[in-house]
This record gives sequence, structure tokens and C-alpha cells, in this order.
Amino acid sequence: MAMTMTGEAILPALQADVWAKLNDPAVLKACIPGCQSLETTEDNGFVAVAKVKLGPVSATFKGKVLLSDIDAPNSYRISGEGEGGVAGFAKGGAVVRLETVPEGTKLSYDVEAQIGGKLAQLGGRLINGVAKKMADEFFANFAKEVGGTPA
Amino acid sequence: MSATGIGAPVRRKEDFRFITGKGQYTDDINRPGQTHAAFLRSPHAHANIKKLDISGAQKAEGVIAVLTGDDLAKDGVGGLICGWMIHSKDGSPMKAGGHPALAQGKVRYVGDHVAVVIAETLAQARDAVEKIHVDYELLKPVIDMAHATDSGSPVIHDVAPDNQVYDWHLGDKGATEAAFAKAKHVTKLDIVNNRLIPNAMEPRAAIGDYDSGNDAFTLYTTSQNPHVARLVLSAFIGIAPEHKLRVIAPDVGGGFGSKIFIYAEETVCVWAAKKVGRPVKWTGDRTEAFLADAHGRDHITHAEMAMDDKGHILGLRVKTKANLGAYLSTFSSCVPTYLYAPLLSGQYNIPAIYVEVEGLYTNTAPVDAYRGAGRPEATFVIERMVEVAAREMGQDPAAFRRKNFIKSFPHQTPVIMAYDTGDYGASMDLALEMADYKNFGKRKRDSAKKGMLRGIGFSAYIEACGIAPSAAVGSLGAGVGLWESAEVRVNPVGTVEVLTGSHSHGQGHETTFAQLVSDRLGIGIDQVAIVHGDTDKVQFGMGTYGSRSGAVGMSAISKALDKVVAKAKKVAAYALEASEGDIEFKDGRFSVAGTDRSLAFGEVALQAYIAHKFSGQDLEPGLKEGAFYDPTNFTFPSGVHICELEIDPDTGVTTIERWTAVDDFGNIINPMIVEGQVHGGIAQGIGQALLEGAHYDANGQLVTASYMDYCMPRADDLPSFDIGITTTPCTTNPLGIKGCGEAGAIAAPPAVINAITDALGHENIAMPASPQAVWRAAQKSLHKLAAE
Repeated sequence: MAMTMTGEAILPALQADVWAKLNDPAVLKACIPGCQSLETTEDNGFVAVAKVKLGPVSATFKGKVLLSDIDAPNSYRISGEGEGGVAGFAKGGAVVRLETVPEGTKLSYDVEAQIGGKLAQLGGRLINGVAKKMADEFFANFAKEVGGTPA
Repeated sequence: MSATGIGAPVRRKEDFRFITGKGQYTDDINRPGQTHAAFLRSPHAHANIKKLDISGAQKAEGVIAVLTGDDLAKDGVGGLICGWMIHSKDGSPMKAGGHPALAQGKVRYVGDHVAVVIAETLAQARDAVEKIHVDYELLKPVIDMAHATDSGSPVIHDVAPDNQVYDWHLGDKGATEAAFAKAKHVTKLDIVNNRLIPNAMEPRAAIGDYDSGNDAFTLYTTSQNPHVARLVLSAFIGIAPEHKLRVIAPDVGGGFGSKIFIYAEETVCVWAAKKVGRPVKWTGDRTEAFLADAHGRDHITHAEMAMDDKGHILGLRVKTKANLGAYLSTFSSCVPTYLYAPLLSGQYNIPAIYVEVEGLYTNTAPVDAYRGAGRPEATFVIERMVEVAAREMGQDPAAFRRKNFIKSFPHQTPVIMAYDTGDYGASMDLALEMADYKNFGKRKRDSAKKGMLRGIGFSAYIEACGIAPSAAVGSLGAGVGLWESAEVRVNPVGTVEVLTGSHSHGQGHETTFAQLVSDRLGIGIDQVAIVHGDTDKVQFGMGTYGSRSGAVGMSAISKALDKVVAKAKKVAAYALEASEGDIEFKDGRFSVAGTDRSLAFGEVALQAYIAHKFSGQDLEPGLKEGAFYDPTNFTFPSGVHICELEIDPDTGVTTIERWTAVDDFGNIINPMIVEGQVHGGIAQGIGQALLEGAHYDANGQLVTASYMDYCMPRADDLPSFDIGITTTPCTTNPLGIKGCGEAGAIAAPPAVINAITDALGHENIAMPASPQAVWRAAQKSLHKLAAE
């Protein structure tokens, strides 16, 4: 099943600094909820392991994350797919945009994701809520990393 | 009528063990040294398996074996089969793609079986399943059957490059076109019959057991037809020859069709038992049931009906797309063809009918028979058409039906069936009276005063049961005959064991079959045991589905009982020293006509076994007789159901206020059990109409895979049912029985939707008519009313 999500956050930092942190594996690892490891690969991507609980289903997702459509320091597309074993799979992507505003930098995102297997069978009703919560958590963490609180 | 004979509302003998937790279901059985199986199922609807790495699972704690489709192939184990050949219009055979019990290179629906882990405990098996790594190459899935044959659609099976299994037809196209040419009014309707998931209370389960000393297998399984399972596992899948394979279907907690079929899991359990040298048990969990039990219904239909100026039906043409899922399940091919199209004449005299059915592959679970199997789909089409035609022509829907009822029997329809008997007008009369139809208008006005929309809907259904005459189904493509067997064993003390090829999984055979024996032999039902569900005890049988156990299974018992009585008369003649022709048998006593000399049934049984009185004569000792009964026609239960409901236009909530069911099941063995069957069937039918619907998203993920998202009917969704009976005994079987098991599920959906559309004043309501859908429609109706 598919889900979409959009949001934005105002970060009190320079756009160039936000961009750098968006590309820093250590920062991303610290911000992705449940992330246990995140390693850079040679093709603008990462290999990540994250532990996620979605309603009755908890699973360790292993997957590849790829950065594409890179327009530094304005936007990129981050996409990936993860296998959660018998819990199923998740795949999707987000377009992340940065824009300089008087308060600092506005970060906006546009997520489109699909889930399958047990996640879709049992967690279908929860997926939007959980995904929203995880996105909120990510950007709250990220705001802390760049020194501020999200709008 | 004796206290426990035919027609007595005897309480069910089997219920004591069921309601005290003493039933023995497959999962209650544990074999020494038993291991546990867990299946890895595909999370993808359509994918090639590029790599299957089982090494991690093999090393996991407690794991005995990890088996894949390659292992099946190496052992020469055949694929699952579809046992009914359908030919397309052009004469070509249906395109049956391979159906391995474990995937061989490709998965075709979410829940498809990829591999199995056999381990010491279930928890270890499930943990090890997590350690299997599959590298899938994702393929675009085909989910929407309306577009399955579009050019450029992904190909699910190479044998069916356009995803079409068959393009079949029935009826006289030319005659139907001619009927439409002279029509004064034509009613047209697009109809969707929603996809359902069976949800038997007991999930499927299997234990495979291998005896290396005798090179023989035993399979314990949740089956409606253990002999058919053995036949398929032996003759087609090739596990073992029939004399080396015993199939036991013990207590089974509901089937509704879903346990007719031979599935991957039991095949794997029985095969794996020999490989690991220990018994292998699998019990499905509820999610597995949602994903991989065969689903039901799922049709898209366009129908047109031609009438003359007075509303007499002249012709019917129907074009249906039937979703068969990713593989052809055991009897899937016949459900939307021969169990569907021949019922489209309903209770009506329709001179010309032409039906076209396209069977389609999609990347969804296989679809097969579910309570009613084809007949609910047919009834939904014809009863919606008749209702809408009556409304369009400004006629009362009851009067319109009555005008078109078949009134003389036997009646040959233009679509195979020859109805032997019936009195549709009698059922309609009783139903109208019980439903207080003449005062409906007043009740509608009263509802309107409260701001509620009240509607009434009819369903005058017919079904073809007593499945089925072997020669007839053979000529239509069935791979089996559909007779039934019975053996009646009388013990020396006069108690009786009946071995039947029918299988009870909720129907109450232990009671009703015993009532027949009680009636014939004049003994109490406590003197009778019904034995079923074990291929080592019962020689052969075709099982229970299609409301066949009364009409076919009991007819076989009846024939065997006739033979028992005939032989017992010979024994009694010797014992009473009279000529056989003078022996009368009545109320359990054999007597010499015109004398007071007589013997009770039990005394004659004893004489049969001690054989003192006829030793050396041309009469064998013992009292045991068998019979096979092959019906000469289907049976045709029919009836009229009337649903009256109220809709709250502010919330869309539909409340069924009254339900009248008048059924003609022919002769009835136990009215209480029949009423129970009717109640259950109506509940399932209302479930389909208002609540249930299986839904796959565009990627083929089943998003209604739990009771959170798949809504089953509950007690508070249902009214009290008013049940009435009319009777025209079936003319083609010795008991005059027609069958009652599916009637409610067949009758109910159109009655509900006809009532909702009556209340709302327009026809476009899809099932399930959820509060949201009804609310939207109600708002439109209100706007329309306001505009007028």
C-alpha cells in the first residue's frame, strides 16, 4: 500500500550548513529513528540498518539508500528500499528542498512510500501515523543537529 | 414421526463434544516425534526469485530441514491441479499454468509459498524463516482484472500470454439476439460481485506422518473431502499410491468451500514427513488464512434483459469477467462457468439466454468455491436485473417476478438445467404475508417522519444442489464423478455404524444421518454411530460441498438401508419360520403377517450373526450392506427472501429491520438444523452485502488481511430471522431432499442491495454497502429529492 506525506521545517542555520549535514552519514545516522548503522557506498548512497516497530510488527530493516537528482545546495532526492524479512518491505523516496529564508533555512520534503508483506497486512491502518511520527522525529533530531528547533 | 426419526427437531448429538472442548481437530492431534513447519511467503505480488539463500536458516537452532521448490522438483513431486477442464468458445482447452507447492523461480501473489522450514518447535521454525534471504526481481503485477488482458499487461503464466484462462460461453446467441430485437424494454446493469475471504473458524492445518516400516503415509488435514485429497495427492501430485496414503479429516471447524481444495501446505507436510523421517505439523495462523485460503466470488458483469411491453422476460445476455487469482485452485475453473451460468434463468421462464465468461489470472490469491459457489453470483445478477426491470417498467417487483415465474414442471431452461419441481408462487405468497408487505408503505412513511429512508428488497433465488450426476458433470469437463457411497454395518446387538463418504464440518451429519437410520430401522439415534473422514475406514467418497450431503450422501445411506432391511427380512423369515414374503417390517419389528409372531430389529441382527437358523442355506451370515448413489439430476432448492431495512441518511448506517426467508428444501430431516443452516447462510450473505470485501492495493498487497480491516458480520449486525417453509419434494432422489446448506448465502445479497436501492431511489450501490458508500448515495438521493 502506498502513502504520501509532505512537511516543512524552519531551521536556524545557513543553507550551506544544512546541506552539508544532510549529506553527512553520521548526522543522518543520528537522526533516523532506530538507525543502527549507516555506511557510505561509492555510488552516492548508503547501506542502512534500522529497527522499526509498526503496531504489532517489529522488524530490522536492511536496505540501500541512494541520493539522486542532486542540486547542491538546494535539493536532492533520497530514495531507498528496505527488506524487513518476514515483516515485509518498504520502499520509497523523498524529495528534500532547501531554501534560504530570513529565519535561516526552510527545509521541505515530499515523501512517497510503499509497504508490503506483513506491514501492509497488519499495519495498514497504522502506517500513515507511524510514518508521520518517524518523519517528525527525524526532523526534530535533525534540527537539533543543526542547532535549533523545527518550526 | 418417531422421536428421533425424519422430521424430528432432534438436538445435535455432536454438540456435547464441541461445546465442552472435547472435539478433536487437526491441531489437537500430536504425533510422537512431531516437528513443526513454517512457510516463507512472498511479500511481493509478482517477482522472479533470482537467488534463494537458505544457508542461514539451515544453521539456525532447532532446524531439521529447509526445503524449496527445487527439492520438490528433484523428488518428482507434481504441482497442484485444477480438476475441471473448461474449453473456450474456440474449443481450445483452458490455460492452466504450473502450480508448484513451493515456488519454482517465480512468485505470483502475496502469500505465495517460497520455502518451508521444518524445526523442533514452531518458534524455531518461524525464527529460521526470518533467516532465509531471497533476492527478488520485482515484476509489475496484474491486480485489476478489468485490465488483465490489456496489451502490454505483465504475463503471469507463460501458457496464458494475455492472462486469460478461458473465454467460455453458454446458451444460444442467435436466439438471444432475436429476443432482444423484438424487445419493448431493455434493462442494462453493470454488476460487481465483491471478493470475499472465507474465514472458517478453524484455520487450515495438516500433519504429515510417514511409517518407514510400511512405506506408508498418513495425512491429518482440515478437509471437506479426504478421499478427493488422497486421490489428488496420489494420482496427480504423486506423493504415494492410494493404498499407501491414508487421509484423515477429523473434526473440522467450518469449511464453506475453502477446505475442499488441495493446497500447498498439506502437500508439503506429507512429502516432508518422509524427507525428515518424522511427522511434520503445520497450523495456519489467521494471517495465512487471509492470504492463502482460496478466496471467493470476484466477478465483474454487464447484463442486459429484454422484456415485452407487459414485462414478460424475453431474453437475457450476460458478460462476466471472473477473477481466478494467480493459480487455478482445485475446482476454480467450474465455479464461474458451470456452477454460475446454468443458474442465470433463476425462477423465471426466460426463453433465450446467452452467457459469456472470461476467466482471468491476476496476481492475487487463487479464487475458488465459497458457500454457494457461482450460484450466489448468478442469483445476484438475475435478482438485481429483475428488480431493476420491474422498477423501470413501473411494476411491483413481487408482481413482476410472479408474472415471470416458471409455473409448470419439469422445466427445461435454455442453460442446461431441467428443474424437476417447485412452487415459486407458494413461496412468494407466504413470504409476502410473513413480511406484511401490504403495510410496507405505511412503515416507509413512518420512517420518513423520523427522517429515515426505508426500503424493501426481494430475492427469489434458485440453486442447483445435490451435486451432481456423474455423467452430466463428466460431459461438462469434471475430472471426477460426483456420486456418494455409504456402508451400513449392523452389530450383533442391533446397534449400527454408518460409514459415509460425506464429511461433516459443522453440518450435523452425526445427527441427521442417524435420524434417517432411526426412521428406517426403528432404533434410537443413540444406537447409531456415523463414521466419516478417514480413508482407511470409509472406502471412498466425494465429500461435502454444494449442499450434497443430504440429497446425495443420505440417498446412498438410504439405498444401503434398503439392502439391510431386505436381508434382515430373509434372516427374520428363517428365525420366525415363515416365508420371506410374509415378513413385514414396521417400527423396528419384523413380524409374520396376520400373526402375533415378531422379532425386534436387534433380535434379527443377532440371528444374522449367530446364523443358527440358516446355516447351510443360501444366505450369508452377517448384516452389512453398502451402496453407491449417483444422482440422476441436480436438486433445485428455491425460495423467496425479503429484506426490509432502514437507512439513516445522516450517518449512512443501514439497519436491517425485518428478514423473511421462505425456503423450499424439499423434505426436511431435522428442521432445527435446517433453520441453523439458513441462519448461518443469511448471516454470510448479509456480510457480503454490507460488510465484507477483500481488497488488494495497486501493488497487490492485501490490505484487508486482518479483522481490523476485513469486517465479518456480528450478532448486532443481524435482525431476528423469520423463517418459513414450503415443500415440494425433490422427485429425483429417494428421500425427496433438495439441500439447504447454501441457500441463505445465495439469497441474501440481492435482497439487501435491492432493499438499499429501493430506499435510496437509485441503483449504483456496490457491495459491501458500507455506511460511507450508503451515506454518499443517500446524500445524492436527498439532493435529487430536494431538486424535485
